[in-house]
Amino acid sequence: MSHAPDLLRIATAGSVDDGKSTLVGRLLYDTKSVLADQIDAVTKASVDRGLDTPDLSLLVDGLRAEREQGITIDVAYRYFATPARSFVLADTPGHVQYTRNTVSGASTAQLVILLVDARNGVVAQTRRHAAVMALLGVPQLVLAVNKIDLVDDAASVFAEISAEFGELTRSLGWSPEQVTSIPVSALHGDNIAKPSENTPFYDGPTLIEHLETVPNLTERAPVGLRFPVQYVIRPRTPEYPDYRGYAGQIAAGRVTVGDEIVVLPSGQRTTVSGIDTADGPLETAHTGRSVTLLLADDVDISRGDLIAAVADAPEPIQQFTATVCWLAEKPLRPGARLLLKHGTKTTQAIVGGLDALFDEQNLALVDAPETVELNQIVRISVQTAEPIPADDYQVNRESGSFLLIDPAGGNTLAAGLVGDALAPLHLKELV
Amino acid sequence: MTITEPQPVRDAVADDDFSTLDALESEAIHIFREVAGEFERPVILFSGGKDSTVLLHVALKAFWPAPLPFSLLHVDTGHNLPEVLEFRDQVVERHNLRLHVASVEEYLADGRLTERPDGVRNPLQTIPLLDAITENRFDAVFGGGRRDEERSRAKERIFSLRNAFGQWDPKRQRPELWNLYNGRHAPGEHVRVFPLSNWTELDVWRYITREQVLLPSIYYAHERDVFQRDGMWMTPGVWGGPRDGEVLERRWVRYRTVGDGSSTGAVLSEARTNEEVLAEVAASRLTERGATRGDDRVSEAAMEDRKREGYF
Repeated sequence: MSHAPDLLRIATAGSVDDGKSTLVGRLLYDTKSVLADQIDAVTKASVDRGLDTPDLSLLVDGLRAEREQGITIDVAYRYFATPARSFVLADTPGHVQYTRNTVSGASTAQLVILLVDARNGVVAQTRRHAAVMALLGVPQLVLAVNKIDLVDDAASVFAEISAEFGELTRSLGWSPEQVTSIPVSALHGDNIAKPSENTPFYDGPTLIEHLETVPNLTERAPVGLRFPVQYVIRPRTPEYPDYRGYAGQIAAGRVTVGDEIVVLPSGQRTTVSGIDTADGPLETAHTGRSVTLLLADDVDISRGDLIAAVADAPEPIQQFTATVCWLAEKPLRPGARLLLKHGTKTTQAIVGGLDALFDEQNLALVDAPETVELNQIVRISVQTAEPIPADDYQVNRESGSFLLIDPAGGNTLAAGLVGDALAPLHLKELV
Repeated sequence: MTITEPQPVRDAVADDDFSTLDALESEAIHIFREVAGEFERPVILFSGGKDSTVLLHVALKAFWPAPLPFSLLHVDTGHNLPEVLEFRDQVVERHNLRLHVASVEEYLADGRLTERPDGVRNPLQTIPLLDAITENRFDAVFGGGRRDEERSRAKERIFSLRNAFGQWDPKRQRPELWNLYNGRHAPGEHVRVFPLSNWTELDVWRYITREQVLLPSIYYAHERDVFQRDGMWMTPGVWGGPRDGEVLERRWVRYRTVGDGSSTGAVLSEARTNEEVLAEVAASRLTERGATRGDDRVSEAAMEDRKREGYF
């Protein structure tokens, strides 16, 4: 993912009816990202539905079924900008059966806005979402305590909910500076773009101020170069008869001309002799940049290989522990033969044992069931046909993530995290 | 192995100013290269419009200095402004590309399609597009669609699986995680790929300005004989001219999108350069589709319905 300081990727999560779509509509509206014809359309549709004020959630619920049922089914991507930053926002659904979409939306997020209804406080779905965000290693979390205008004694309600959420997130491994609570009314715009006069007990930033200034981290710890080779560029044209470059996007770390690198899984070593782009060569390139690497020696490299820094290159693994979010209707059984996609490599894989199931309500590990169902999170052992040069997910999101794919139907079955990603969540062992 | 002395690199620069546009370009390049690595017969949908021109510009950069490993496909409604067709052919020649044309006109001539009562041809593009995909066995079809264009597009994946009928089923979309794209598909199915998914209209114009991407002249203000219909400025052509009560006037206009001339309107504008267009887009009070595309204004779900039928 990008390291552009002026671009922040965010996601929203929360239960049904907490007002997520209204909040997103409000963010778009208050940053003037909604244009006249869209507002006209929403006003007209709101009148058709017998509403007095424009329903901002209609700005974002795009599918017919969503507008009919008044719920969000699928992840919708939204774009807004302030003078300080551009934002890519993944608006994810709240229903339990659509948790897989929450996982999709949050997998690339640098910050997640978790909504709660001030009248209900932290509920089961809040715990579930916070746990999923912790598992996915989302670097920053905002708790938006919505509908703050609807409670009596907003000050103590906000203090109580913030304290409970603070305790929950600490137990899931976040530090206090990664978590911010803000009292808001998405419907009326309190503390979204403008500080609210209705919340005198709160003197922190508005939501938009916070989004503009929060550090946009993508990695938990600095890590050396990880460069999955996507494509070998060999023009064989009169102008470039012998050119051979390795195209990819820097998944982690940085690369400088002269760096010594290792090609995995083969283990061959050589030196970076050039970093090419269509705009001219670079001396150094950072995470997120798509480049073409030129190497000093003629080594055997193809799509699926990883070019890594010699200093901290990952050890290719074939038998390992992983944590997976199961995303398919069809259950996972031990012994399943699947495809595993890591970086630019796809290889066959066999799921060994199902070790432990994550009980996200009690923040506990329980005995794994016989089979794993849709939306369950489980620790498993995996064996791959070919070694994969993966990092532990806790070390790096990009080089520690994989997909499990159905070899027959081709569907994506699971989001995979290399290693025991549940370990930092300080879970109770109820096994 | 010993560490060899790095070769001197001429004009190499530090990478200190990675901007939003750089991030969006790198993401799109990554997507093009994934498709090149995993598919047999990809094709880029190319209309000569600004989004497909930017798409092609990024694609050429993704494989530089090698030639583009894809061909182009134009679904030709027969309702084109001549400037756009001329531009299309120049681009093909300049970059030595291979162009396939799927012609709505031919389908109308031999009766496989029937002209609609309103004369609008955008909805008629679906069948020639799907036939061209089947006949050429294209397995990945790049489009310039952006999620900010319209509400149902906002839910579109970057890799969007289509069945043999080209249909999109919003409830059966694959989850898209991290930057790992799953392009597996059965024979007869194909994947629509949208590398510019995360760009906004403003990003596109900033990029055109920064990269000095050449566009058809109709994107810049010019004098043209136009008439008003449904609040849009239409130009006469093979699709017809002013009807009763509609008056032809000479006005300074430019187009914000390229489409079927019978349903795509121009906007009044004096923006003659990229910088002026950029300023105008930034200040605009209407979305580009709302301002200039009659076919999207039919119902709240107009685009979703067309996508389900296999339209882009």
